[in-house]
Amino acid sequence: MDLVLDIRKKLGNFDVQVRFSTDCKRIGILGPSGSGKSMTLKMIAGIESPDDGKICFGERVLFDRKRRINMKPQKRKVGYLFQNYALFPNMTVEQNIGCGLKKQERKEVADRMIEKFHIGELRNRMPGMLSGGQQQRVALARIMAQSPDLILLDEPFSALDVYRKDQLQRQMEDFLSDYAGSVVLVSHDRDEIYRFCDELCVINEGHVDAFGETERIFRLPETETAARLTGCKNVIPVERMDAHRVLAAEWGVTFHFRTEVPQETRHIGIRAHDFLPVWGGQKENCIPVGIYRSAKLPFETKYYISPAEANGQEPVCWFIQRNRMEEILEKGMPDYLEVDEEKVMFLR
Amino acid sequence: MSEVEAILKNLDWSPLIISLKTGAVATAIAFFLGILIAGKLLHSGRTARSVLDGVLTLPLVLPPTVIGFFLLLLFSKRRPLGSFLYEEFGIRVVQSWLGCIIAAVVISFPLMYRNARSAFEQVDVNLIYAARTLGMSEISIFFRVIVPCAKPGILSGTILTFARAMGEYGATSMLAGNIPGRTATISQKVAMVMQDQDYLTAGIWVAVIVMISFGIIFLLNYVTMRKEHQIRKW
Repeated sequence: MDLVLDIRKKLGNFDVQVRFSTDCKRIGILGPSGSGKSMTLKMIAGIESPDDGKICFGERVLFDRKRRINMKPQKRKVGYLFQNYALFPNMTVEQNIGCGLKKQERKEVADRMIEKFHIGELRNRMPGMLSGGQQQRVALARIMAQSPDLILLDEPFSALDVYRKDQLQRQMEDFLSDYAGSVVLVSHDRDEIYRFCDELCVINEGHVDAFGETERIFRLPETETAARLTGCKNVIPVERMDAHRVLAAEWGVTFHFRTEVPQETRHIGIRAHDFLPVWGGQKENCIPVGIYRSAKLPFETKYYISPAEANGQEPVCWFIQRNRMEEILEKGMPDYLEVDEEKVMFLR
Repeated sequence: MSEVEAILKNLDWSPLIISLKTGAVATAIAFFLGILIAGKLLHSGRTARSVLDGVLTLPLVLPPTVIGFFLLLLFSKRRPLGSFLYEEFGIRVVQSWLGCIIAAVVISFPLMYRNARSAFEQVDVNLIYAARTLGMSEISIFFRVIVPCAKPGILSGTILTFARAMGEYGATSMLAGNIPGRTATISQKVAMVMQDQDYLTAGIWVAVIVMISFGIIFLLNYVTMRKEHQIRKW
């Protein structure tokens, strides 16, 4: 079903202005903290009202300012998974699952959900006695009991440690795999988004920065924010000199390209893994290595290198995997970092 | 000691009964009023809420005699409302047990209302949002989610309300008077016997009210300690 979103709401010192429409069933919203992505989700659910615009899902108009439609959250058939799961602490697991159902169907639907989510042994427990993973299962069961057309996931894994996060993500994948409705996941974590979402909306300071297939945006982000949020560590302002050259003043380097540099290029992005170490003579598109700092991680080493001729403060961020460290240990730090022009992303 | 025994033997226990009865009935009334009004005010606008909150809290900070003045202004048989109630329904507020209850309700109501309100405000707003997206009606959310989650705060409010209602003196003596066996509460009894320098009888009543009050405070601490326990678990 199509999700059509065109909403505006004043929030603090900026306007949240989100507009996209899609028939994709797994949609991600990626943005830094405070960019308005949670607010967007709350407006879809009807917890908050937009100042202007409209929200449609399938045939149904959930909100339309012009037609004075503002459907109550109770009627929207939209499930919302909160980061802390928001289970009612005064009700048992079974009561939590059945709380929004009519009396006649309560028992039957709750039984079905309890079986589906394998929480039979938790049936009579209070939420305070459950682990995080169990709470998430109960919260999902409670949402599914309403058979919603659309499920909203609001940073569902952000407060978890790495090990538990992966566990809960697998659990979530299992439960969503046979869900026929649409899912919108909000997160500031690119891995999460990449894992769950087929289409992606990048939001920054309340505005849609990029929208499209997740895979494409990760491979070829077109904007500075999209590049940063999809994990590109080196995003620097450049000056387009002509169709084949750009000047990166921060690094004191001029890059040459055989392909044409797009007219609107204002930044370039280079992923931290994409540099090639060069010892000896300088080639084209090489950054001279100056002073550097390093940080060792379990499976890779990070270098923060100030280019020798740089006149800016922005260091070059270079990640090198452990199995390739031997070369560095043997030959010492490279003299240059070479940039393959095919790996450079042109950004607005 | 024999003096105390002699007094105890002939003591009229009616002030204890009247105090407890007044406390219980006034608390029951303040309980429902406090919860409903606190719940209503959660949804009202900021200006309305500030003004109403101020008015509803005033009885807590004003001298009880000032409340007594306003209550007499309303319910005295020489005043429109008081005479209307008496002529039409035969209801007498002044110099009656009803007066005891009305005075106690007005004086103790802010304790119930304020405790309920702050308990409601501390309920995780996501719970309410979640309940809405799950299709629960607003009334159902109030009684099945908000009130149960605010239970510890409501409970401590109820206990304080009872303690305050039971010990009310100033407004009660003005509105209900001190009629033995009908409106004479323990606090009024103490004031009366002290006028005759009867330290012994006053002391007995003081002991009774200190014991009850201590029992109430103990209960309150017990309840709030259980609340902390629950929070840690949650």
